[in-house]
Amino acid sequence: MSVATQFCQRALDQWPGRIQTRQEARRSLCEIECGKEEVIEICAWLHRDADCGFAGLIVEELAADWELRYVFHASDAPGWVHVVLRGPLSEMVFPSISARVPAADWHEREAEDLFGLKFTGHPYLGDFILHNDAWQEALCPMRKRFDALKPVGHREPDPDWRPRRIVHAPGAFAMPIGPVFSGVTESAHFVLETVGEDVIRAFPRLFYNYRAVEKIAEQRSVDDVLLLAERFSATTAFAHALAFCQAAEQVAAIEVPGRGGALRVLLAELERVRHHAGAIQEICESTGLAVAASQAAILEEDLLRLSGAFCGHRYLFGVAAVGGLARDFFDGACKNCVGEAKAIGKRLDRLEEMLRASSSFLDRLEEVGSVANRDARSYSLVGPVARASGLARDLRKAQPYAGYGAFRFDVPRESEGDGYARLRVLFAEARQALRIMEQAAAEIPSGPVRASAARASSGAALGWVEAPRGATFHWLRIGESGVVERYRIVTPSFINWRGFHLAVENFAFQDFPIMLASFGLSATENDR
Amino acid sequence: MSQWILRGLKTGIKTTPYPARAEESAGVSPGFPVTTNRPETEARALAARCPTAALRQVGDRVEVDYRRCVHCYRCLRGAEAPMNWEQGFERSTIKPGGAVLGAPFERSIHIRVVDAGDCGACLNEVRQLNNPYYNMHRLGFFITPTPRQADVLLVVGPVTDHMRLPLQKTYDAMPAPKCVMAVGACALSGGVFGPSFVAGSGVAGVIPVDVEVPGNPPPPLAILHGLLMAAGRK
Repeated sequence: MSVATQFCQRALDQWPGRIQTRQEARRSLCEIECGKEEVIEICAWLHRDADCGFAGLIVEELAADWELRYVFHASDAPGWVHVVLRGPLSEMVFPSISARVPAADWHEREAEDLFGLKFTGHPYLGDFILHNDAWQEALCPMRKRFDALKPVGHREPDPDWRPRRIVHAPGAFAMPIGPVFSGVTESAHFVLETVGEDVIRAFPRLFYNYRAVEKIAEQRSVDDVLLLAERFSATTAFAHALAFCQAAEQVAAIEVPGRGGALRVLLAELERVRHHAGAIQEICESTGLAVAASQAAILEEDLLRLSGAFCGHRYLFGVAAVGGLARDFFDGACKNCVGEAKAIGKRLDRLEEMLRASSSFLDRLEEVGSVANRDARSYSLVGPVARASGLARDLRKAQPYAGYGAFRFDVPRESEGDGYARLRVLFAEARQALRIMEQAAAEIPSGPVRASAARASSGAALGWVEAPRGATFHWLRIGESGVVERYRIVTPSFINWRGFHLAVENFAFQDFPIMLASFGLSATENDR
Repeated sequence: MSQWILRGLKTGIKTTPYPARAEESAGVSPGFPVTTNRPETEARALAARCPTAALRQVGDRVEVDYRRCVHCYRCLRGAEAPMNWEQGFERSTIKPGGAVLGAPFERSIHIRVVDAGDCGACLNEVRQLNNPYYNMHRLGFFITPTPRQADVLLVVGPVTDHMRLPLQKTYDAMPAPKCVMAVGACALSGGVFGPSFVAGSGVAGVIPVDVEVPGNPPPPLAILHGLLMAAGRK
């Protein structure tokens, strides 16, 4: 019995007569349609008892109804559960599941901010994506009636606006950081509350880079939206482009040819190695270990050059395409690329050896910024951050895509959850990525690299990819006329920023840059 | 600690010969499509392939607006008669009406970088300027955290609504003379994101721009070229 069937069966047993289930074998999908009374219990059951990962909340404004889709995936076998809640457009109030599924917190805040939905029981709505001091209330830009291209009359930002303070004690103060701060940094704002040495509360205020990618994608062709998917978080461009393409292929039932699949794996893993080299560089730099930072920077640039020489673009733009890849590669060029990447990998191993023997460096990382396994699970954290806290979830294993099921590789896991554990996971994952690249290049199937253009079709589907920073989920609805009607992107940074405060709170101020670096999050990937 | 010193020495010199001599390594620049001659109907079809209106058909020629090119390669891949492509990176220009810093700044420039809605790639390429391959310090270029000490304001991104005020404040805090560099297609034209209700169509809509560095993202060498131009050295 497939996992999806089991979930349907178990849900029907627990809530007889109150829910409807639907199965789609091709997508290993179990869809549970329920009412407002059951949704909290069902989601809590999936999240806690069935140990599912929470992929996100997708809100859609359909012709006459709201559709709220809570997406879960099984953590050990291929299978998806969508909990679907519908209500007429006039009803704007839904129950909040955040108290039972903490991972849903930011999703609900986003839906409140951008759609105007209310979630009863949620402790803190408002001032999220659209900052309250600069935007008019109740703008609801994601509603269909809102015109994304029309300028909005802006209110002058309120110079007296202050973030909400929580710590009230003698001598307590708040330290603001950003949005323009330090050297070369992404725009983000942090309020660190303290009474002295240790950070008591950390409050990241993000979305300075909010470009409304999900909104401006609407009413555009699939090819145009691919440009957005590739560019909204360009340090992991290929992973996001791939997730988008897989969603579009699901909608149109396109089968990617074997050659296209193998080359996609090769490129995705090349991107992972490059990203991890960059992340390691930032960790070395945050601790002030200059030679190691330079050594890692050399490796990152070598990988950027390798990417550029291999496919034309240093960040792999313009390669992914719906149905396969936009260009083919010679088998010899692929083997050369893997050979060079492996040589760089050897130097990465050497760097790790040296770092592990540098006690002053390890002192800065060990037992700093720890995230407990229990918290990682309840926030449904993803990627290297989760795996360093003992949560070995990896979509390439759990929900294989792009033919990953045929490759041999391990999912590195550490248990301490501190900065050092995250660093070790990065190194270990780079090694596994090279192992996958080698297998992918060893036997590249012959034939076309891209499926011939299929007839236009409409519908909705989810694409997922284990991006370098963790799991990413792209939901795509294509309308009758072939244009995109809804594009929802859940990124690993969006998921993990939610848990960032866990790492900062109760640790010393001066370690803040190290925690920021060891979490390796991207503000722009979060903001979209 | 001695292992690091030895490792550093053993690595040797990695730094690019640019700008004294040309950089010849592979993968340092994605290049650009360049003006291409084609029969009129073909030229029109080529220009129509461009999703950001960077290509313009003029008679039997296709011209390129580098400020708009986002490296989608659609005029190269899958096109029957593709555009000509050149690997060069020296495409920075001084904007009409813009001014660069003069002689007193030739050997030392301090740069404040502002992310105004960037996708991460331009910022990552700016980060690479400090790596041993590009080592901007040797040319007298330094990143500074405070706008009070900055001579050059390097801006990436289309300028999102949330970043308009911080960008304006950073610019106002800089002492004169100051030079603004807009880096990347988004900063020059809004790229694939702007204009919309939440993103502008580039830096020039908020503060006056002096030097334009096209690319999506411009590779480190292209940004170095722009900085040399801002210093009046190119």
